[in-house]
Amino acid sequence: MSAIQPSVAQDRSKQASAPVGGSAPNAVGSVGAPIDYLLHLADNAVVLGQRNAEWCGHGPILEEDIAMGNVSLDYIGQARLLYQLAATRLGGDVTEDKLAYFRDDTQFRNYTLLELPHNGPLVGYAVSNRDYATTITRNFLYGALMVLVWEALEKSPDADLAAIAAKSLKEARYHLHHAADWLVRFGDGTDESHQRAQAALDHLFAYTEEFWTPSAAEEAAVASGAGVDVRSLRAAWDGIVNDTLTEATLVRPEVRGYVTEGKHGRHSEHLSYLLGEMQGLARAHPGATW
Amino acid sequence: MSSVVEQVWATLEPLTDPEIPVVTLRELGILRDVSETAEGVEVVITPTYTGCPAMGQIEDDVKACLAQAGIAARVVTRLAPAWTTDWMSDEAKEKLRAYGIAPPHTTRPAVSVVKFMRHRPVPETVACPRCGSTHTAVSSQFGSTACKALYKCLDCQEPFDYFKPY
Repeated sequence: MSAIQPSVAQDRSKQASAPVGGSAPNAVGSVGAPIDYLLHLADNAVVLGQRNAEWCGHGPILEEDIAMGNVSLDYIGQARLLYQLAATRLGGDVTEDKLAYFRDDTQFRNYTLLELPHNGPLVGYAVSNRDYATTITRNFLYGALMVLVWEALEKSPDADLAAIAAKSLKEARYHLHHAADWLVRFGDGTDESHQRAQAALDHLFAYTEEFWTPSAAEEAAVASGAGVDVRSLRAAWDGIVNDTLTEATLVRPEVRGYVTEGKHGRHSEHLSYLLGEMQGLARAHPGATW
Repeated sequence: MSSVVEQVWATLEPLTDPEIPVVTLRELGILRDVSETAEGVEVVITPTYTGCPAMGQIEDDVKACLAQAGIAARVVTRLAPAWTTDWMSDEAKEKLRAYGIAPPHTTRPAVSVVKFMRHRPVPETVACPRCGSTHTAVSSQFGSTACKALYKCLDCQEPFDYFKPY
């Protein structure tokens, strides 16, 4: 894909070794989070927001259709605030839209977990290619991380990032609450729902290992003082996950083997299709507005 | 308060929320501040939910209202401190209830996430805006807009929106 690319993303070899940004000139506080760190947080939000929005009009029940629309809106709203902040600090002609619509798949810094389709291992046939247990399990695993991330970033010396974190935390709590409620219902529900929830958990859990191995952007964010060391959140995440899985009568899978590297820009094939759909309109009609 | 600032407040007073037309932007706490700066008059608004689609409309409404009154003012969006339903006046909460939306409870004091999860099963007691009964149940944490949850009254059987504490 050839596309207009913001300056942040033009030199991939440079981006892989050293994060672009550092202390930003436009930061309100004395400490500015690295641009790549803001993009990592923004990409996570936009990709899961886009993925979950696929349920819009197809939810298993009306209430959940509406819930997933609302959760997606929150994620896309969070992504917009983060992209706007990154664009402001990058300056020039960079805009939130350029960052969301005109970067290619390998320039995205989201966790691989978030780009996976909704069809878990038990579903994926023509009749129904979306499995709500997979959706809920992913939202739970990621939601449990994000309440901890935002809670930490709310105290970031990067005042702009702290303001976004304080807003996002309020939303993240509702997201986690929602996902945990449903995971318990599925796990401690019928044989069918239990089986699907366990299968989704077995399928997705290995992807959470990616949370705990810091990327260059995350390390730079910690070094700048503006970011949070994800490893420091692991015990609390384990606590939330283990408590909820126990209540849901689900078994936490043993994880070993390959650790995914989406946040380093090495993605599964699924991200390309997701971005193809999300970015197609903006690229076909550059500058179009509603 | 200077006369210009007073005039701006008065001009913007009739503006209501696009989704909930019974409460004003001021009562909701979205219209935060009006001040005179070196660059002219500045109107500060703050977003409710990050993805609330009404925010664009609200900003447009504020700008259009100022333009119509012939007032030159900048409209600035400010994120911190984060908007909270605790800023809503008692008067606004009563208007919500009369409109059929159960008003938000005061937000719970901040607790750590782990504690929050432990307390997760305790649902909030929300009074039905129609009959006043507290014999109600949550249908969904997410309702017709980002800021509302869907409840039902187990006495009068009516479904209703609850403005979530945020």
